[in-house]
Amino acid sequence: MSQDILKHVEASALKPAEETPHFEIGDTVNVHTKILEGNKERIQVFTGVVIARSGSGAKEMFTVRRIVAGEGVERKFPVHSPRIAQVEVVRSAVVRRAKLYYLRQRSGKAVRLKERRVDRTAKA
Amino acid sequence: MATEGGVPAILGRKVGMTQVYDADGGVIPVTVVQAGPCHVLQVRTVERDGYEAVQLGYLDKPRRLAKRSERGHVAKLDSKAAKKRAAAGVEAPAKADCEPKRFVREIRGAAGALEVGSVVDVNSLEGVARVDVVATSKGRGFSGAMKRHNFSGQRATHGVKKCHRALGGTGCSAYPSRLFKGVRMPGQYGNARCTVRNQKLVGVDAEQNLLLIRGAVPGPNGGYVVIKQTNKV
Repeated sequence: MSQDILKHVEASALKPAEETPHFEIGDTVNVHTKILEGNKERIQVFTGVVIARSGSGAKEMFTVRRIVAGEGVERKFPVHSPRIAQVEVVRSAVVRRAKLYYLRQRSGKAVRLKERRVDRTAKA
Repeated sequence: MATEGGVPAILGRKVGMTQVYDADGGVIPVTVVQAGPCHVLQVRTVERDGYEAVQLGYLDKPRRLAKRSERGHVAKLDSKAAKKRAAAGVEAPAKADCEPKRFVREIRGAAGALEVGSVVDVNSLEGVARVDVVATSKGRGFSGAMKRHNFSGQRATHGVKKCHRALGGTGCSAYPSRLFKGVRMPGQYGNARCTVRNQKLVGVDAEQNLLLIRGAVPGPNGGYVVIKQTNKV
């Protein structure tokens, strides 16, 4: 009963199904975030590998990891945030677990994931 | 403070926490409270009671569980005494004529347009920006000074033996040879009336009788809460 009420409240915070970004663990994505500078809005892109998804409903988050100047950088985004304009999947990979935290211990060539070929034209 | 419909206050039940987005896309953590509709069971007046208040009742209680006094509080019951009083010409107090209630609380303040039997719902908080929430906090039992009063405890090493979470010294020595009153020590923690003031009211859902309050609210999910317009200026 109380779960139904919470779902009802969260429904207003969720993005509609067709706008909800679709991606999987191990995908390399471009995350387009809207950023307000003064009163001008611009889009910033963060590119990296999705290494985790956590939470559910309106609280769902995903973690994107990339290497910047030899240093690992991770950013966590809410899936349903209106500030996320778009999540573009660039490349998919073969992964065998839901959390790719083991990538944190790796560097250089070992970070690479085996590509999984997906026919993106058919989906779009 | 009283608006058209009476005091801006309502009784409810905590549902749980979640998050919603504001107009700029920022995250607001909210507690969802299912509130009302509440019946007005009694109106206190200066002439009769010496103070002004409105007594609200929330959630029906099955009649088989309600005491006779609870049933008599909300509706007229037949009794010998009542008949005698009626015969003597004593006017019976007004009754709300509803089911017995589970959760009954008085809200201080003038009744305004409210009278016994009228219904208060979440619309009474429409336009209210900030609220105070009163509830019973989660009981933590007999707790140590670290949990109860945020003491630091003692060191993990350097000769500390079996008293890492102890509170340490509590008094002086030969003088005054006693403990001062009010020294913070272990004891019962929680399960006490607790008020959180000046919480932002994020949303009102009149259809589902829901209130969205920014931040946390005392007590467990399913616990009873009193929500009123804040008295903080």
